[in-house]
Amino acid sequence: MDLKYLFFYLIFPGFLFTGVVGLLTTWVDRKVTARVHWRVGPPWYQPFADTMKLLGKEVIVPAGSKKTGFLLMPVIGLAAATLASTIIWLANLFSVSFVGDSIVVLYIMTIPAIAMILGASASGNPLAVLGASREMKLLFAYELPLVISMLTTVYKAGSFSFERILAEQASSGIMLGSASGIIAFIVMIMCVQAKLTFIPFDIPEAETELAGGTHIEYSGAPLAVIKLNTAIMFFVLPVFMITLFWGGVSFAGWSILTSILKYVAIVVIIVLIKNTNPRVRIDQALRFFWGPMLVLSVVALVLAVLGY
Amino acid sequence: MSLALKALKKSPWVFHVNTGACNNCDIEILDALTPRFDVERFGIVLVGSIRHADVLLISGPVTRNVLPRLKRLYEQAPKPVKVIVIGACGCNCGIFRDGYNIIGPVDKYIPVDAYVPGCPPKPETIIAGVVKVLNTL
Repeated sequence: MDLKYLFFYLIFPGFLFTGVVGLLTTWVDRKVTARVHWRVGPPWYQPFADTMKLLGKEVIVPAGSKKTGFLLMPVIGLAAATLASTIIWLANLFSVSFVGDSIVVLYIMTIPAIAMILGASASGNPLAVLGASREMKLLFAYELPLVISMLTTVYKAGSFSFERILAEQASSGIMLGSASGIIAFIVMIMCVQAKLTFIPFDIPEAETELAGGTHIEYSGAPLAVIKLNTAIMFFVLPVFMITLFWGGVSFAGWSILTSILKYVAIVVIIVLIKNTNPRVRIDQALRFFWGPMLVLSVVALVLAVLGY
Repeated sequence: MSLALKALKKSPWVFHVNTGACNNCDIEILDALTPRFDVERFGIVLVGSIRHADVLLISGPVTRNVLPRLKRLYEQAPKPVKVIVIGACGCNCGIFRDGYNIIGPVDKYIPVDAYVPGCPPKPETIIAGVVKVLNTL
């Protein structure tokens, strides 16, 4: 019994599967970006080559850093992202679900961001600390609309468990088919954009001013873990959205094809938003999430309560 | 050839260092990274932090003020790291060789793997230089 869950965590819906598909997703990201720029883009194995190369490079621990926190935090983030992926996939594929697992997933998905904040703070680099402070503000900004837009789905399904949400969508149509579902979906795409720290919300990483921000001091294997972490989150969050709003994913028969199509559609939407927007300032991001996005998510929740 | 080196050949991340150039070579380096040449096909990406770098693109002769920074940058880069000098000034001080603040070409202070001469070199030449360095791996 316990060994089965170890297998789930490490091999199939967990680490290995999520890591490989996540890295392939970052390739989709780079390829679509390249096509938007009217160029060819990297080959499909590019993210794997990047990871392999980073694993072979020297690991530098800066002199002013706290070694344990600096090296441990990326691993904690990776473990949390993998766990979130495992819970969502088990609910989708094998209907393994428990009361309130959507709340658990919501909590676990903030851990990579918190780990990144702690790791950056431990690195002792002023730019990394500035990035960590921005990441913290961004976390406060997007969590509120994210939770409320998830509540829309939860209200309509009448339960916090993924299994009930999926069953509700199977019996009475997907959440995206209703007005409240569409509005909540739009809000959640924006929040996912910020959760992945993609442009327009790549404020903590800010290549041009902070030179990498939160992961400026990481090199070699820890950097590979951080890249893998981002890749896994890029995989988990669209699947999370599909589970909540679009009827979930399934590997049975032809539905494997529609599952992949749903997933790629959401990824491409995220990448296109990323490629057609400039970076906003942190105060603009905070105002955006606590203003229009909060209002929209509350409107979605009210519509759901009214039955639309 | 080890797997890590093979992977390094497929994804060299470049970091741009100006040690006192006139900015002309830097413009050409940025040109080489534009969509027209699309070096991301070969995994070449410009990174913002020296900790992520695999290849240092150094332009310009070494000035007295920049020497300690150049040495520190080289020490901060995680090994294995390759160094490519872009432009005539970095190779042999170019037109600045008689300057009062110039203390020599780059290879006098840190090991250099390739020289790309020219004032400034064309983007095609820069890419050819990078390819030659990668072929020595």
